[in-house]
Amino acid sequence: MSDTEVDEAAVTTNVPEDVEADVDEPETNDSTVERDAKHVPNAIPLKVRGLRKEFGGIVAAADVNLSVEEGSLTGLIGPNGAGKSTTFNCITGVHEPTAGQIHFQGEDITGLSPNEVAERGLVRTFQIARELEEMSVLENMMLAPTGQRGESLWRSVLPVARESVKQQEAAVLERCWEMLEFFEIDHLAHEYAGNLSGGQRKLLELARALLTEPSVLLLDEPFAGVNPSLESRLLDHINELQESGYTFLIVEHDMDLIMENCEHVIVMHQGTVLTEGTPEEVRTNEAVIEAYLGGEVDG
Amino acid sequence: MGVSDRYDRGRRLFLEDPVRAVLVVIAVVLVLDLVRQLAVGQTQISEFGVMLKDGLMRGLFFGLAGIGLSMTYSILNFANFSHGDFITSGSFAGMVVTYVIAGGFGAEADIGSLALVGADGSVYGAQLGIGVATTPLAVVAGAVVAGVATVLLALFIDRLVYRPIRDRSGIALLITSIGVAFALRYLIQFVFGPSRRGVTDSGAVPSIGIPAVDGVVSVNLHEVSLLVVSVLLMLGLHLLLQRTRLGKAMRAMADNEDLARITGIPTERVVRFTWIIGASLAGVAGYMFVLWNGTLHWFQGWILLLPIFAAVILGGIGSVYGAIVGGLVIGLTMSVSIVWIPSGLARAAAFLLMIVVLLVRPEGIFAGRSTA
Amino acid sequence: MSDDEGGASEPAGLAAVWDNDATKLVALVGGILALYVGAGTLLDYGVRQQLNSIGLLVFYIAVFAMLALALNLHWGYTGLFNIGVIGFMAIGIYVTAVLSKSATVTEPAAGSIGGFGLPLWLGIIGGVVAAAVFGVLVALPALRLRADYFAIVTVGISEIVRFTLLESSFQQMQLFGYFVGLGGGSGLILDFDITDSLLDAVGVAEPYAGLTESLGATLGLGGNPKPVFDSLYYGVLLLVFLVLFYLLLRRVGNSPFGRVLKAIREDEEATKSLGKDTNRFKIKSFTIGCALMGLAGILFYAEQGAITPNAFRPRITFFVWIALIIGGAGSNTGSVMGGAVFAAFLFRGPLFLKNVIQESFDIGAVSTFGQAVSPLISGLNPVPMLAYAIDNLAQLQLVIMGLTLIYLMHNRPEGLLGHRQEPAACIPLTGLSRSDTATAPATETDGGVASKGGDGDE
Repeated sequence: MSDTEVDEAAVTTNVPEDVEADVDEPETNDSTVERDAKHVPNAIPLKVRGLRKEFGGIVAAADVNLSVEEGSLTGLIGPNGAGKSTTFNCITGVHEPTAGQIHFQGEDITGLSPNEVAERGLVRTFQIARELEEMSVLENMMLAPTGQRGESLWRSVLPVARESVKQQEAAVLERCWEMLEFFEIDHLAHEYAGNLSGGQRKLLELARALLTEPSVLLLDEPFAGVNPSLESRLLDHINELQESGYTFLIVEHDMDLIMENCEHVIVMHQGTVLTEGTPEEVRTNEAVIEAYLGGEVDG
Repeated sequence: MGVSDRYDRGRRLFLEDPVRAVLVVIAVVLVLDLVRQLAVGQTQISEFGVMLKDGLMRGLFFGLAGIGLSMTYSILNFANFSHGDFITSGSFAGMVVTYVIAGGFGAEADIGSLALVGADGSVYGAQLGIGVATTPLAVVAGAVVAGVATVLLALFIDRLVYRPIRDRSGIALLITSIGVAFALRYLIQFVFGPSRRGVTDSGAVPSIGIPAVDGVVSVNLHEVSLLVVSVLLMLGLHLLLQRTRLGKAMRAMADNEDLARITGIPTERVVRFTWIIGASLAGVAGYMFVLWNGTLHWFQGWILLLPIFAAVILGGIGSVYGAIVGGLVIGLTMSVSIVWIPSGLARAAAFLLMIVVLLVRPEGIFAGRSTA
Repeated sequence: MSDDEGGASEPAGLAAVWDNDATKLVALVGGILALYVGAGTLLDYGVRQQLNSIGLLVFYIAVFAMLALALNLHWGYTGLFNIGVIGFMAIGIYVTAVLSKSATVTEPAAGSIGGFGLPLWLGIIGGVVAAAVFGVLVALPALRLRADYFAIVTVGISEIVRFTLLESSFQQMQLFGYFVGLGGGSGLILDFDITDSLLDAVGVAEPYAGLTESLGATLGLGGNPKPVFDSLYYGVLLLVFLVLFYLLLRRVGNSPFGRVLKAIREDEEATKSLGKDTNRFKIKSFTIGCALMGLAGILFYAEQGAITPNAFRPRITFFVWIALIIGGAGSNTGSVMGGAVFAAFLFRGPLFLKNVIQESFDIGAVSTFGQAVSPLISGLNPVPMLAYAIDNLAQLQLVIMGLTLIYLMHNRPEGLLGHRQEPAACIPLTGLSRSDTATAPATETDGGVASKGGDGDE
């Protein structure tokens, strides 16, 4: 939460616009290479151990163990009622787990509030996009960056301090425009977020989440209710972001989508992790076939 | 089982929920202090008996009037701030009829003064000898009209005000209901004048004394009437909710917010019956309360609304039986609190209890228990 | 206020001046005053009457606009459904009264209650701080409640405050050797005077007295012109406070802080998911709003000579809500407009009309509704009913306000100015793309009356 986090100097480095400029060959890009160089193989930023969550007498998650590898695109799938959303909500602090631990970047974040989890760089999106309807797209975006000086009341009000807030605002605005352009929704900047289409909202939400400079993004069914053309656009964005160093954990109902795009897949069933591995391993796993064919038809 | 188990549970409560634990301690201390006061005679047992009786009367009223509030809150999904002024309207409508009949349709006083419930002190209830024993017909007619008039008013307002914005948020409806409340309240003041009037011949109400240890608790006929009417109406409502299909549908909707959400905006038929039941109970309850209390004024409904809210929240919104129990708790709190605090703050104590319930257990004390 | 233009950019000429919110507000208040002066002239008002009427009007415009602004911070920005406004006002003025009433160290006669005898400015600060502290006490436990429960808690708190003020046990007590108290049902006499204290403090009490005498003589005000000028001067003082409220709240609103508040109003969970500690923001917002309500309460009642608990019934809260909804929750400029429109047309207007009618026509008003309604029924004679209505306009006025609120909620829930939002940022956001962020034309984005598509959704 240092004040310098969003200073002008830092503004342009985070947005992967260079990736966008050169979509076909991202690995030749300098900044990407830099990021890849920093990437330590096998680092595990997110680790869930023995997670259990009961609501009243109902066990929604029994004993969940999973880990997300840095820089990976990890999919979390399972039939309805498998405990995906519960796990997700426990990780992000919406629910407090009944038992178990969640570690993020080596720190125990079990039971922290959602904002504390997000502050640490573990940022989520929602299954049904939670755009701030009566605020413009630009305002939605400008909300997100962390370390904004003007979020302190007195800095926003007192004359001299406000000048420095304004400087930072200009930098934040610039960065928001860049992000909007990256997601190709800059033409909607002044639209009320509530007037956006379902797909545009998903883009806005992802763009907004990125502005918090997360290290791991948790996407809750990012493709639900999104039309096929936007779906592929969204996938492209996610792939580009992954290549520039972001880590993703995606909860998804649509098994095929996960199988095609994730390198690591975790399958949940009846409140526990059934199996995990590469899509190929998962696809041929007897238990998975059993769970899906036995329980769900549409999986 | 046994002491250690209870001790364990107590310790867990303290660790997990210190606020609630402190409240439990406060409640225990108050009860013990009450026992002490009664034992050493600081508060007489007969005095305490009167408090209990008063609390029961108030509580019955809060519960009865709260049922409607609770039902609109859960089925129509908004806190109806005009509910208190429905009660005032019903009370006035009923008293108009009582005055007119008791006044011999103009024989004993100017018909205009009778129809305005003695605005500006032109006629007093005592003059007309109003009471259950002295003018039974006028009182029964008044109670019936109070119920009917409130129903008509509620349906009229629903049609005009609430129905066109049924699909809007509960907050929009709440704000609108504040508009309705003020319009009604000051319309009543405009028509009936600002004075607080005595509406019964309190000297002529027969009463009996029930001996308590150190004195007598007197119970009068109006108190018995309030009790009997409340219990009968509650029983009637119970049968309606349990035995009829409509009642079952309403109960399901009131009990289960999810069901209401899934089924979308409730059918107009259910809405209509919600208003009819809620408003008729509010009207009759208001009339019986005024009869018991002996005074009537335009501000009454507002004063009573917050304790009714307290009762409804305490009992769990949507729960008919919760509203009744909540009403009794609030009524008794208001009456018994004067053992410790000045009587002027009895209402403040009830509100405080409501706020504490909202903070500690916003789903109500009976939440999670089926109301069937 | 060069830095506060929020969404406004720089179109040329007159349009630019008009686009400025401040211009609109000055024009509105000026127009209202002109209307009243015009009506007064038509009615052959004397100068004294005109000045009195203006003084009163300015007073109410200023206080309701201030209150609407403070409530807008709670409801319009943060989504905190506070319907206990009057409680915070009461705390402000009562604390000021107790602190600044002249001290009594000997047992006073019945009915006269002393204070601590502190300087008035200290008393005012004390009142504002007390309202803020009380706000924190309410906020800490209550902020996690959903909006309708929060509303019930706040209205309950405001009634608890009123009952406490009414309570005879606190009527008088001895504290630190001073005989102080809340006065119970009969209230407190305010033996201080903001206008005079301010003049004394600046050291211009003498010249002011001389000025009122000579000006009063010039304008032909008759004997004792000072009260007339006092009311005008107080009105102007309140306008200054209003401008300060407005500037402060615009700064609060048009900033990253205000952005988080708006986000909380829209969706608290989503805001939390972006790492914002929403509780902290809510407590700050609620506290600032309560402090401002306390200050507005002090300014509202300090010059009234006395306060009684009955003045602090929930109806003032209701007035402030109507003002806010007229102006449109979420907009500071709208709040001021709503306050002005409410004060001029719903609050003062009917009473002005009543005075006019009662002075122009000698209508012997009947005393009850019955006497008014029977000629209407029997002889189709509406005069007694009209006379009764005019005589009892104070009640009818509230009926009209209730109906206005219902009408607004049905037809214009977004307020007078339409679906208006003041962009929550310190700098203009008007650019149409990244490149022209700084130099964009102001078309369609300046948040004016023409709304951007928001009207369709109701």
